Amino acid sequence: MNVLKYLFVGFVFGIVLTKSEAVSWYRIYEMFQFQSFHMFGIIGVAVTTGVIGIQIIKRKNIKDIKGLPIVIKDKEKGSVRYWAGGLFFGLGWALVGTCPGPIFILLGAGFLPISIVLIGALIGTFIYGLIKDKLRH
Amino acid sequence: MKPFIQKSLKLNAGFLKLDDYSCILNRNFRSLSCVFIGTDAKYWFYEIKILFLQKNSNMDFIFQTWPWYVSGFLIGMIMLCLIYFGKSFGMSTNLQSLCSMTGLGKHVSYFDFDWKLNRWNFVVILGAMLGGFVAVHFMADPSNVSINPKTIEQLSQLGIDAPNGKLVPEALFGNQIWQSPRSIFILLIGGILIGFGSRYAGGCTSGHAISGLSNLQLPSLKAVIGFFVGGLIMAHFLLPLIF
Repeated sequence: MNVLKYLFVGFVFGIVLTKSEAVSWYRIYEMFQFQSFHMFGIIGVAVTTGVIGIQIIKRKNIKDIKGLPIVIKDKEKGSVRYWAGGLFFGLGWALVGTCPGPIFILLGAGFLPISIVLIGALIGTFIYGLIKDKLRH
Repeated sequence: MKPFIQKSLKLNAGFLKLDDYSCILNRNFRSLSCVFIGTDAKYWFYEIKILFLQKNSNMDFIFQTWPWYVSGFLIGMIMLCLIYFGKSFGMSTNLQSLCSMTGLGKHVSYFDFDWKLNRWNFVVILGAMLGGFVAVHFMADPSNVSINPKTIEQLSQLGIDAPNGKLVPEALFGNQIWQSPRSIFILLIGGILIGFGSRYAGGCTSGHAISGLSNLQLPSLKAVIGFFVGGLIMAHFLLPLIF
């Protein structure tokens, strides 16, 4: 059960992202051309749902599944890393049309060329790990 | 090909009620023409789908593109579920864990942590892969990915094929890319940018755009603006140069 709940959540995530076509290169391109509301709608509604949910969790002090208080860590303060990292990520996102979640989803669906993107992403992660201390954050 | 199309349309009209028929026809109009011009296998697939829908007319939403308000809500709920489980929603962390798994932690401090603590996230990813498989193989419809016709026209000028129900273009992800070092290089560079960028920014679409914005985090807003600036530069200035 402990493991199954994560498997289930992931399963639903994979289906939703595929059926909403958020994993589609075409949808990402269309979004960046501002030629459809679809992707903006998905992100907008997801964030709205999230904001409401998190506010409820915080105000009602809802406990997690083990009965422990829910603590959501704040993101580290800073600017350079978010602007610069975001820019790099955006360039890659629009080029291959997949963010890390969809890389795995498409791979699972059988699109083998995505494995090159995954290898690239691992190399990118490795490069960041190597030069992390030399970068401004 | 034309008489075949007309014949099949008549055939469909024959065994479907007019309302059902026009409804399906309207929704799938663009891809319908593609389906009939395309291979016979696809046509039969479509025919079976119509029979299925005729019997279970309330089930067709499963095969259609899921509307943004349903999908967005479910993605928000997935994030809240993981918070309720005492975890957080973030996919690019897995990239760091995968690197750590290979033992890189001995040489690079960034990977020196107990990746086993993130095993739950690998299970989420495994589930997502299964979900992707099921959705692509059993829940697809030729009407899927009906993007803006303007977008299709723009893409054809770049030499990128129209979706016709496919999730990803052949030009980038078709099996012919294995023979083209240039295509492999493009995918590799895209991956490197995604991996490097998401770790530098400390999160990707799930970690910043969904989780971070939901928790009203200013850093996440900066990152998301960064995502979009990068994306716009690529989509408007660089893609036309690459293709």
